[in-house]
This record gives sequence, C-alpha cells and structure tokens, in this order.
Amino acid sequence: MERVPILKVGDVLLISIQTDLEDRTALALQEDLAEQIVRTGARGVVIDITAVEIVDSFIGRMFATIAAMSRLLDARTVVVGMRPAVAITLVELGLSLGGVHTALNLEKGMRLLAAPDPGGPPGTMSGR
Amino acid sequence: MTNPQSGGQAHIVQLLSTRQDAALDRWTELAGATLRGRTTQTELRGELRELLSLTLASLEREDDTARSELRAVLADMSGRRARQNFTPKETAVAVFTLKQVVHELIEDADEDQAINEFVAFSRYVDDLGLLTFETYAATREQVIADQAEQLLELSTPVVKLWEGIVAVPLVGTLDSARTQVVMEALLQTLVDTGSESAVIDITGVPAVDTEVAQHLMKTIMAARLMGAECVISGIRPQIAQTIVALGIEFGDIVSKATLADALEYLLSRNGVRIVREVVG
Amino acid sequence: MSDVHEVRVGSSDDIVGIRKMVRTIAGDIRMSLVDQTKLVTAASELARNIVVHGGGGTVRIERLTGPTGRTGVRMIFSDEGPGISDVDLALTDGWSSGQGLGLGLPGSRRLVDEFELDTAVGRGTRITVTKWTR
Ligand SMILES: Nc1ncnc2c1ncn2[C@@H]1O[C@H](COP(=O)(O)OP(=O)(O)OP(=O)(O)O)[C@@H](O)[C@H]1O
Ligand SMILES: [Mg+2]
Repeated sequence: MERVPILKVGDVLLISIQTDLEDRTALALQEDLAEQIVRTGARGVVIDITAVEIVDSFIGRMFATIAAMSRLLDARTVVVGMRPAVAITLVELGLSLGGVHTALNLEKGMRLLAAPDPGGPPGTMSGR
Repeated sequence: MTNPQSGGQAHIVQLLSTRQDAALDRWTELAGATLRGRTTQTELRGELRELLSLTLASLEREDDTARSELRAVLADMSGRRARQNFTPKETAVAVFTLKQVVHELIEDADEDQAINEFVAFSRYVDDLGLLTFETYAATREQVIADQAEQLLELSTPVVKLWEGIVAVPLVGTLDSARTQVVMEALLQTLVDTGSESAVIDITGVPAVDTEVAQHLMKTIMAARLMGAECVISGIRPQIAQTIVALGIEFGDIVSKATLADALEYLLSRNGVRIVREVVG
Repeated sequence: MSDVHEVRVGSSDDIVGIRKMVRTIAGDIRMSLVDQTKLVTAASELARNIVVHGGGGTVRIERLTGPTGRTGVRMIFSDEGPGISDVDLALTDGWSSGQGLGLGLPGSRRLVDEFELDTAVGRGTRITVTKWTR
C-alpha cells in the first residue's frame, strides 16, 4: 500500500498530499503521524492539500482527527491550500472541520504555526 | 421537433422539377421582398436553390438523408439570420412563400391532381417554416446567453484595497447565478493574490432573496475553510429584515455599515492603525 | 445516450476508482469545476455508504442528454444490504446509525440536482442521483 511521506521541517511536520487518497492510506497516515509527533517532538503539523481535488467526509474527518490527536500530543495542525471548489463543496456537504486551523498557502500556514498560539488566529475553523 | 411528411405529392414534384428555374425566380422575388437588402439577390437565390433541390429530393424519394440534410440547411440559414438580427417572421416568411410559388404553378398548368396534393404540400412547407422558428429561437437564446455571460464577467470586479485585502463591490439586483459566479471569482482571487481578508460590499444592492443570501453565507463559510476572512458591508435595512425574517443564520459573520468601516476593521485586525497627523 | 459504466463496489479500495471515473465523465461533458467537485464528492459518499452499510453493491454511471440538448450525469448506487428502516431519519443532518458524522446522505442530496432513494428493509437500497451541466 502507498504511504504518504511525512517531512520534518524545523519543529514542524509537513504532509503534502499529492494523490487521491485511498481510505487505508489515510488511516495509515494518521498512525504514522502520531508516532512521528512523539518521536520528533514536533510542535506543529501542516497538511498541504493544494493538489487535492476532492475532500469528502472521510478525509474531512481525518483532518479533524489529526488535529485533535496532535493537540493531545501538544502540537498544532494547519490545513493549507484548500481549493475554492473543494471549500464550496464542503460547505454544501455540511462539514465544518471544527477545530482545524486553515491557511491559504504553505507559507502562511508555517507563519501561523510560528506565531504564539492565541487560541483562534484569523482563518481558524475552531467550532467554538 | 416537427417531422415534415411528404405523403404522395408526385404531381407537384413533377411540376416543380420541370419548371425549376421559373419557380426559383419567382421564389427569390417573393422571399426577397421582406429582406430589405440585408441579403443580396444572388445570395438569396443561392440559398433558395439549395433548399428547393433538397425539398424536391426529400419529397421525391422520401428518404431520410435528403430530409435531414434539408433540415440541416434550413437550421443553418435560420441560425445565420438570427445572428444577423432578422426577425423570426422574416425568416419563416421566406420559406412560406414557396406555397405561393407552387400555387401559381398549379394554376398556370391547370392540373387537377396537383391541386389535390396542395393541402399536403402546404402542410409540409408549414413544418419547414416552424423548423426555422425553432432554430431561430434556439440561436437567439444562445446569443443572449453569451452576452449575459460577457456582462457577468465585466460586472464582477474583485479589487485590491490593501496588501492582503480585496473587495467585491456588488451593484444591482443579484440573482442566484450571478452571485455564484461572483463568489467563485472572489474565492479564486483570494488564492491567486494570497489575500486573507475580503470585503463583500452590497451597498449597491437593493434587495436579496433567500437563495442569494444563502450564497453569500456559504461563500463566507468557504473562505473560512480556505483560511481567509470575509466581512460584509453596506447591508440595507430591507436586506437586514429579509435575512432576519428568513431565519438565515448569519452567525458570527462580521458586518460593517460601510466599505470604509470594513476596511478600517480589517486593517486593525492586520495590525495597521490609521492616525491623523496633527500638523503645526 | 450510449455511455454507461457499471462498477462493483466491494471494499473501500474501489472508491478511488469510482471518483476518478465520475470526474472523467463530468469533465467530458464540460461540467463546471465546482459542479464536477460536487458530483465526485457525492459519488464518494454514496459509494462509501454501500461499503460501510450496504455490504457491497454496484454503481452505474451514465451520461445523459436531455430533451433540450442539455447534458448531465446520472449515477445509481445499488446494494442488497439491510436497507434503511427510517428514511427521514437517515436523511437528517448528523444522524448516523454508527460512528459516522451522518452527513453522507443529506450532504450528497444537496450536492446534486435530483436525488431519489428506494429502499426496503432486508432487501437493499438504491439511490439514484443526477446532476446537469449549467
Ligand atoms: N446503503 C445503505 N444501506 C443501509 N443503510 C444505509 C445506507 N446508506 C446509509 N444508510 C444509513 O443511513 C445513515 C446515514 O447515512 P450517512 O451517510 O448520512 O451517515 P454515515 O454513513 O453514518 O456517516 P458519514 O457518511 O457522515 O460518515 C447511516 O448511518 C446508515 O444507518
Ligand atoms: Mg455515509
């Protein structure tokens, strides 16, 4: 089975999704990531979905799970690069990605993680 | 779509075939009367010659190839005229005059059997005329749709107000389709320019319906999912009433009275303060 | 119209292929990017429901040409699983008989133009959706 590579950039783990993920690949990614956060002591996770053409409720839930899990391991998660068509579709689907921070692109996502955690930076999707 | 039926018109076909040139002259003369110089006589004669020979072929052989070719040529002619701003009546009349041509031929020849066939022939020509109407309407619709789309593109400017802040000033009545186009353009601009803030200014919008209000809402939610923030400005009292009455949840969306207020708000969120310098 | 594809949905591994196929067909009829994305997402949700709740089944995808020459895509998701006993409940946002978010059914209904649900308890479920180009 294909595995999504996890890159370490400073104290951030970078996941760049380049293919249409199979469910099993997505589940494996969650496991790998939890392990890596602990092993590397990373403080942040960036999921780059610039290349992703569709996000259904399964993948959406994966983002939320990763964010919740990272938080428990004292790391923050940002999803970056969501395409307009994907965002419009997610809204129609009714998925709010509660608790997941988002940023327009990789650079802004990195900057968001570098800033001190104010609990709700601009572009947050925290459902509270 | 109507399907021209020929149904045994051997005598008329015979008559038209033997006097083809005379018939064509007369047809060109009658049809040309309504065209007021927008088509030259030569062009018209050429068009009608093709129509006449295809009409004869399809009546004679009752074969589908000739018939569909005839329909294609008619549709072509009708579409061309629609784009040249002929009225649909003018186009159809050009076809209908063929009846008069045949009627005159029959009278000249004094042929009883041909007279009996005239009713069927007349119906056949009517069907052809109706076909031009259909094509005409379809072509005009396409022309109108194309123009509407061009207008839509022209009327959806997304402007940059500041580094990282863009605005869409909406003017006029918003329908669902236009709102959707504008909102998609706005979201794409956020990506292209890396802007994290946008103002949707609806000062120039007199009223909105449920669907439009919902499109606006969904756009703001989509922008958030992408990591950007939208502020609405210039909501008129009537629109505010509509939104509340419709029970649309505007939730935690930021709304400002004017575009200037919205800009000031976003600037301060970005850490920019505007101070007036006291001189002297 | 001629194009009809029928694919078996046995496990979650089949879902990526279905998404790809729907995307190709929607692209062929020049559906707008946003509408393509909506259609593919609906396909993904409904195919996953077949795997998770229906015990496997089939997806039939066809290209349509309407009476006025309008084009579209129709997808039929069928399974012979347990069926749905309370359709209204299943179509309610947030209701799931399992651990799901309960957005698949009501969400895909919003993502398409036409949505039809046929189900009988113990016999199976058939969901037919259509989306037209604009
Ligand atoms: N093909 C099916 N066969 C039997 N039951 C189904 C089928 N599809 C949906 N259901 C029932 O309808 C409920 C709602 O479906 P829906 O897709 O909305 O939510 P979910 O699958 O539980 O969660 P989600 O799709 O958000 O992950 C399901 O929990 C299930 O009980
Ligand atoms: Mg589901």
